[in-house]
Amino acid sequence: MHGITVIELYVFVLAAFVGYQVIARVPPLLHTPLMSATNAISAISLVGSLVAAGADYGTVSTVLGTLAVTAATINVVGGFMITDRMLRMFKREQKGRR
Amino acid sequence: MREMFTQGAYLAASVTFILGLRGLSSPATARRGMFFAEVGMLLAVVGTLIQHEIVRYEWIAIGMVIGSIIGALMAILMPMTAVPQRTAISHMFGALAATLVGVSEFYRHGNGAEIPHVQMAALGFEVMFGSLTITGSFMAFGKLQGFIRSAPMTYRFQNQSNITLFFVTLGLFAFLIFQPASPAVFYAMTALGLVIGVLIVMPIGGADMPVVMSLLNSYAGLAASATGFVIGNNVLIIAGALDGASGFLLSILMSRAMNRSFTNVLFGAFGSAPQAELALKAATDKAVRSISGEDAAIQLGYARSVVVIPGYGMAVAQAQHQVRELADEIEKRGGEVKFAVHPVAGRMPGHMNVLLAEANVPYDKLKDMEEINGEFERTDVALVIGANDVVNPAARHDRSSPIYGMPILNADQAKSVIVLKRSMNPGFAGIENELFYSPKTFMLFGDAKKSLSALINEVRQLE
Repeated sequence: MHGITVIELYVFVLAAFVGYQVIARVPPLLHTPLMSATNAISAISLVGSLVAAGADYGTVSTVLGTLAVTAATINVVGGFMITDRMLRMFKREQKGRR
Repeated sequence: MREMFTQGAYLAASVTFILGLRGLSSPATARRGMFFAEVGMLLAVVGTLIQHEIVRYEWIAIGMVIGSIIGALMAILMPMTAVPQRTAISHMFGALAATLVGVSEFYRHGNGAEIPHVQMAALGFEVMFGSLTITGSFMAFGKLQGFIRSAPMTYRFQNQSNITLFFVTLGLFAFLIFQPASPAVFYAMTALGLVIGVLIVMPIGGADMPVVMSLLNSYAGLAASATGFVIGNNVLIIAGALDGASGFLLSILMSRAMNRSFTNVLFGAFGSAPQAELALKAATDKAVRSISGEDAAIQLGYARSVVVIPGYGMAVAQAQHQVRELADEIEKRGGEVKFAVHPVAGRMPGHMNVLLAEANVPYDKLKDMEEINGEFERTDVALVIGANDVVNPAARHDRSSPIYGMPILNADQAKSVIVLKRSMNPGFAGIENELFYSPKTFMLFGDAKKSLSALINEVRQLE
């Protein structure tokens, strides 16, 4: 098992800080797409699941890994698609419509 | 060489995720931003698949195909009114993936025997938060979907027993950090996490859902981030931290919009029965003025400015398209229509905006509470559709009211108020709404969709 370094803590704290700053600028108008977008992004845990499912660590890891791959893929595919579906609906007023 | 490509892909993915979230600061740039994030995600997945550790692809392929089909079907077929449910269940899937990876890592390292103390801390955190998010999100999903009773479920000593259970779980977690090779403790902690998830969401009522959804969002992110610590993967740490920060920020905003603290939402069990009875009793003493569709149409048709205040009732009745049509009719006659969206209207942050956008309401007409509140004094008609507590003036002055201090939309300052409501039942909190008894308020009872369709016809017939 790899060793946890102080660098990783730095990465976590700085990422959380940047995240907070960036997300504070998201208007309430887009809070629902924001939630599904961050949900899709955090489904990057897929990469951990891929290793568990494909690295031949034994049956238990393969089974748990495959389930994890399925769950994470649902979020990656579904999360990005629904976010895009929602964002497509947000339109500016078109002058002279109808 | 391969390792370099993988690390490069992870770095690129981290950057695109941040760019993607940055894009969400405006609807104009949001789609492009999300496209970057999608490319980044693809890069990260490819970068992982080419790693030396991965030797078998058949199970990966099966998982990805099944996951893609389920995810795509959910995204395509689901009506927009069901977005809160989908979000809740996706928090469950995210936490499930993190927890399964955690359990798998624990198991394959000699059931904890080969895990150093610091790593066990990350792993324990991942599995503890992951497991409580799995069941917590499933409960939220069930309540939103309606197969679990959405009213708060309370019993005696609920808070005390929940807190005790939580500390027992924390105790097991602490024990594991010092004694990683204790599989029984590890699995007991996981099981208790699952139980706690159920217990903390049980007492939470429908209207508190925005806060709970945000909290679960944050937990799912933190669990993903902890996975990154466990398997030594920076992009996971970053993406999880972004998700955690976003959920945390939204929880703060939602709690503030209800003037409540986290602890109050989680341990408050707000709308308990006695209050509701009290309110119902008081409500029978006063009279409300109801209005016919025809008279309401006259008010709306001749108004110069109308502010529509949508609430969860609009979502339940799926009336967003009728709302848009009515707004179009009023605008054809020269009136101006805006939409006032309270931060906690609906069942998740921003829920009303998505529904109205679906009905083709241009987003420049969707106004936040801060933007619109100053305008009510100049508004001819405030049209309240299925909203209740977010327009209750008691929040401003009645210290005894459970919602005292909650920021509200100042509908009562409009020259006239029309409230579309199914019946006189009080809202989720069981609080009576004095706005409904105000001399300038008119109640139009009935199903929101039907009332609106009738109103549209009446307005069309006006000269």
